[in-house]
Amino acid sequence: MTAAPSARSGNDGALALSGITRRFGDYTAVDDISFEVARGELLALVGASGSGKTTTLRIAAGYEVPDAGSVSLGGTDITTVPPERRGFGMVFQHYALFPHMPVAHNVAFGLEARGINKTERLQRARDALAAVGLRDAGERAIQSLSGGEQQRVALARAMVIEPRALLLDEPLSNLDPTLRQTMRDDLRAMLRRVGVPALFVTHDQEDAFAISDRIALLRLGKLLQCGTPEELYHRPASREVAAFIGRGTILPAVDKGETASVTIGDVTTEIPVARADGAAARIEHSFVVLRPDALRLTGQEDPRGWKGRILNRRFAGGAVMYRVQLAGDVIVEVESASGTAREGDAVAVSPTGERAPLVPR
Amino acid sequence: MLLLLWTVVYPNAAVIVGSFENGLEHWREFAASPADREALRTSLVISVASVLASLAIGVPLAFLLGRFEFPGRRLLRAVATLPAALPPLVGVIAFLFLYGESGLVTRALQRALGMAEAPWRLRGVSAIVFVHAYTMYVYVFLFVSAGLERFDATLDEAASGLGASTWQRLRRVTLPLLMPAVAGSMLLVFMNALGSFSAPYVFGGGLRVLSTQILASKINGAMGLAYVETTVLALSAVAGLLLFRWIDRKRKYTLAGKGGRTRRVIRSRKAQILTTALAALIVITLVLPHLMVILVSFARDGVWTTQVLPPEYTLENYRRLFSEPELWRPITPTACRWRSSLPPQTSLSVFWPRI
Repeated sequence: MTAAPSARSGNDGALALSGITRRFGDYTAVDDISFEVARGELLALVGASGSGKTTTLRIAAGYEVPDAGSVSLGGTDITTVPPERRGFGMVFQHYALFPHMPVAHNVAFGLEARGINKTERLQRARDALAAVGLRDAGERAIQSLSGGEQQRVALARAMVIEPRALLLDEPLSNLDPTLRQTMRDDLRAMLRRVGVPALFVTHDQEDAFAISDRIALLRLGKLLQCGTPEELYHRPASREVAAFIGRGTILPAVDKGETASVTIGDVTTEIPVARADGAAARIEHSFVVLRPDALRLTGQEDPRGWKGRILNRRFAGGAVMYRVQLAGDVIVEVESASGTAREGDAVAVSPTGERAPLVPR
Repeated sequence: MLLLLWTVVYPNAAVIVGSFENGLEHWREFAASPADREALRTSLVISVASVLASLAIGVPLAFLLGRFEFPGRRLLRAVATLPAALPPLVGVIAFLFLYGESGLVTRALQRALGMAEAPWRLRGVSAIVFVHAYTMYVYVFLFVSAGLERFDATLDEAASGLGASTWQRLRRVTLPLLMPAVAGSMLLVFMNALGSFSAPYVFGGGLRVLSTQILASKINGAMGLAYVETTVLALSAVAGLLLFRWIDRKRKYTLAGKGGRTRRVIRSRKAQILTTALAALIVITLVLPHLMVILVSFARDGVWTTQVLPPEYTLENYRRLFSEPELWRPITPTACRWRSSLPPQTSLSVFWPRI
C-alpha cells in the first residue's frame, strides 16, 4: 500500500483536507476547503444541494481528484491515490449493493478483493453482519431487503475491510422518518466503535446534530464554519450560518460587548449575547439571532417587552410554539411551556436572559 | 393473430409436415447422408465460432466507445453501427473486393511483401467466421452498449472503494451484470450465423452447411429432404434459444441504474489523440468493406485487373442502372416482397437464403 499511515504524532490516522478546490468547467463546486477529522471522530458535511458537500466527500474517497489542495491520511499525502488503494469504507446514498450477489458475498467483496480465502472472508462477513444486527441475513438476496436492512448491509460491507476511514453519503436519506430516528443513535454507536475518522454528508441538520461530533457547514462550495453542533447553534460565525442552523429571527442590533440592544417599533431592549471564537470584540454592523427558546411571552403591561399579536399557535410536544407579529413587520417565534395564549391574543415578547448569537453582516 | 397464423405458423407447420410426407423416410435419408451430417456439424461449429468472434470484437468496442469520453466518440459510435443497416450479401461482396484473392488488402499486402502469391485464400470455415464476425459484431456492440448505458456507475465505484482492481471489477461486477445483454446478443449472432447463406455460398468453396444444403436439395428436386434439413436447422436454432434461456435462468434482478457518470473523460492530450486514433482505426477497419462497395461501384468495368485500387472511376455504372430497365428487374421483387405470397418451402424465412 502506498498510503500507509505514518506514526507521526498529533495527526495519527487523521484524515485531513487542505485547500481543496474542484472546478467543473467555469463552475467552482468546491472552493478552498480545509478541515481535519481525527481518529474516532465523526464529522458531518452539511449544506443545501449544490453546496459542494458530495464533491468534497468524493474527493476524500478518491473518486475525484481536486484541481488544487491535498488530501492526507495520518500525514501521508493521498491526493492522487485511487480509491482501490485508499482502504476507505464508503456507504453510498443508494447503498450500491451488488444486485447479483447474496448479502454475505456483498459484505465479503472487499475481503475477496484483498485475496482472503473463502472460509475466512465468509466468517468475517457473518461477524460483520451480526455487528449490524443482521445475523442470519447472509443467504438473502439484496432485492428482499428493506431500506433499513440494505443500509446496514452497506455499513457492514464498509466496516468489514477494517477501513482507515469511513465515508458516508446521505446515509439516512432513504429511510422513513421513524426508522431514521432510531438509526441515528445506532449509526453513531457503530461508527464510534470502529474508531477511525468518519466523514458523512447530509442536508439534514437534525441528522448532523444527532450523529456528529463536529459539523462543517458548506454553502456554494465554501466552508462557512466548522465546529461542534453547540458552537454552530449558539455561536455562529456569520449570518449565513445562523440562518441555516436552527430556527430564529435575525435582526439588526447595536453591539455593546456583553450585550446588544435591539429596537423593534419604539421599544429598545438589551440582550446578553455570545459571539463566535475569533469574532471581533465589537462588530460594527451586527445582527442578533432571536431563537424561540431565548424568548418568552409576557403580559401587555411589560415595559421591556415588544408589543405584538399572536398569528399562529402550534403544539410541539413538550412546548407550544407561537408565531408573533411585532411592530414593523417583524415576526418572531416564541417557545412557551404553558401555552395558554390563543391565536389573535395581544401579547408582549421579551428575552429570557439567555445569550443570543451575535453575528456580523 | 390471423396474420401471425398465416405468416408464421402455417409455413413452418407446412415445412414440418412436409418433412414427414413419406413417414420417416426423409429423416432416415438425412441421418444416413454423410453430407448432411457434416453440414449440420459445420453449421454448428461456424455458428459457435461466429458468436465467439463477434464477442471478441463487439464487447471491447462497446467498452471503448461507451466507457471513455474522447473527441469523435459520438461519430465513431454511429459509424460502428452502420454494418447493421446493410444487407448481408453486400457485406459479403465487399469482402471479396477487399480480402479475396484479388482483393484490395490482399494485393496491397502481396505487393508490400513482394510475394508471388496472395498471402491467404478467403476460403473455408475460417473465412466464413471472419465474414460473420465482421458483420455480426454489431449485435454484440449494440446490446452491450445499451447495457453499459444503463449500468449503475456507483456499483463500479463501490467495488473500487472496496479495493477491487480494474480486472476484478470487470470480472465480478461489470460483466456479470452485463450478462443478460451479452447473452441476448450471443443468441442473435448464433441464429444469424446458423441461417447465414451468402457467406458460406460465396466463401465456402464446396464446404457444406445446412443453409446451402437446403438449396442444393431443392435444386435436385429432393423437396422432402429439403424440408427435413430446414426443420433440423430450425431445431438447432430453438436448441440455441433454450440454451441461452437456461444460462440466464438464475437472474432475479434487473439493471435499474439511472446510468450517468459512466464515461471516464480522458484528460491528457496525448492519451486523447491516441484513444481517438485507436477507436477510429478499429471502426474504419470494421466499415471498410462497406466503403469498398461504394468505391467499386464507381470503377470502370473491365479495366481493374491487377492493380491494388481501381485505376479509373466513372459514373458509367450508375448511368447504366438508370438507362437499362432490365437491370431493375431483380430489385423490384426485393422491394415489395411479402412473406405470405411465397410458397411454404421458402418459410422459416430467417434461415432462407436472403439474397
